[in-house]
Amino acid sequence: MRYMLLIQQGTGVVPGRGEWETLPEEEKRAVFAEYEAIGRDPRVTGGMRLQPPDTATTVRVQDGRTLTTDGPFVELKEAIGGWMLLDAGDLDEAIEVAGRIPAARMGGAVEIRPVVE
Amino acid sequence: MRGELDSVFRDQWGRVLAALIGFLGDFDLAEEAAQEAFATAAERWPRDGVPESPGAWLVATARNRAIDRIRRQRTLEAKTRLLDMPAAVEDEMDRLDETSFPDERLELIFTCCHPALSTEAQVALTLRTLGGLATDEIARAFLVPEATMAQRLVRAKKKVKAAGIPFRVPADHLLPDRLAAVLAVLYLIFNQGYALPPADDELTPEALRLAAAVAELMPDEPEAHGLLAMMLLLEARRAARFRDGELVLLEQQDRALWDGARIAAGRAALQRALALRGRGPYVVQAAIASLHADEPRDWAEIAALYGELERMTGSPVVALSRAVAVAEADGPAAGLALVDALDGLDGYHYLHAARGELLHRLGRDDEARAAYGRALERVHDDAERRLLERRLAELA
Repeated sequence: MRYMLLIQQGTGVVPGRGEWETLPEEEKRAVFAEYEAIGRDPRVTGGMRLQPPDTATTVRVQDGRTLTTDGPFVELKEAIGGWMLLDAGDLDEAIEVAGRIPAARMGGAVEIRPVVE
Repeated sequence: MRGELDSVFRDQWGRVLAALIGFLGDFDLAEEAAQEAFATAAERWPRDGVPESPGAWLVATARNRAIDRIRRQRTLEAKTRLLDMPAAVEDEMDRLDETSFPDERLELIFTCCHPALSTEAQVALTLRTLGGLATDEIARAFLVPEATMAQRLVRAKKKVKAAGIPFRVPADHLLPDRLAAVLAVLYLIFNQGYALPPADDELTPEALRLAAAVAELMPDEPEAHGLLAMMLLLEARRAARFRDGELVLLEQQDRALWDGARIAAGRAALQRALALRGRGPYVVQAAIASLHADEPRDWAEIAALYGELERMTGSPVVALSRAVAVAEADGPAAGLALVDALDGLDGYHYLHAARGELLHRLGRDDEARAAYGRALERVHDDAERRLLERRLAELA
């Protein structure tokens, strides 16, 4: 089965923002290394880290008019920081991979969504 | 015959459905096929007699029905695990025995109690699939409208399928957490039923049946035996808990009404748990329940076990039980000191009732009456309320 892992940064420590800068270099490198290791897992078939949510533009179309607003659709703290596409046998396998994503233990969370096939 | 059939059906439903879900990979398809097979049995068995291996007969019949159905609806085939499946086994029906199909109840219960489902959904799915309770029966037991319960079951089954919740016993490193979730669901079912008058309760027999199955299928797990032991020991005293609709405290219960066979079975399960070096929360609670069945009761030991349970669970309710046991072992003053040191239980009527009792024993009846008054303000259950009112009247 294919699963989308949506990485919610939450109010936790997010690369490039606030508290992140206060982390020791070594720890920052370790976090990036963890992301890279997960990215190399053959079951992970795609993934991207997104620019911070304050760079988001949200688009709606009303009565044929395209309306744009500054910022993400959801609250800043609920915005997605990145995603991964995972090919896994079942939900337990997906939970195991999601649990290794650093955001999950750094104040964020990972939402697992099965893909419509 | 009718009664015999009902009891075969009750015993077999969970195992039959588990085998079918394991085989078909689809809850709804399996449930429909099982229902058809049970209906066929209800028609044939009274005429032809109950087969030697009723469970295997039911699985084989249901499987054949499901295969027929799928052949008729070819489009479904791609969505099930039937592609590499043997042909129907109609001609082998005579040679079936209980080993013809694997017992996959454990796989099913771990699916139903998967943490990706809400606790409510876990409970509903477990009762529906393993217990074979009808949707309206589950709805009644949990005091929700039938439509709500039906919706809950549909959503849960849909999630199992769409999210890929596995049908298997979890790997070793996941097992402690997952087994704890299964046992918690069974305990919740048991408690929900235990609170009802015995005549209206369809849940505790089901909880006992499922706990016995889990203990049998996971013989090396002490907590599974511990939960079963605790349930048996509590259920054994059930008939003595009410007299003419009124609650009877343990010390005033008619012990002749206790179920000696259940107490023995509970203690045997507790011994197995202890032999496996179990010392988890269910084992300790079973040990406490076992001590409560002794006369006279060893209050010092009961207090020590509540202390152990309190350290494991951090629960203030357990701390209150410990305080009550300490009062019996070391006197009301010692118990009251512990009760008064408790935090966060002000809304709990048992706290105030326990204070009332201890204050009374210390000869402080004015304070005792005030405490019982506070207990009465907080109690919801009618039988509990009447018990408190009787107690208060005795102090007046």
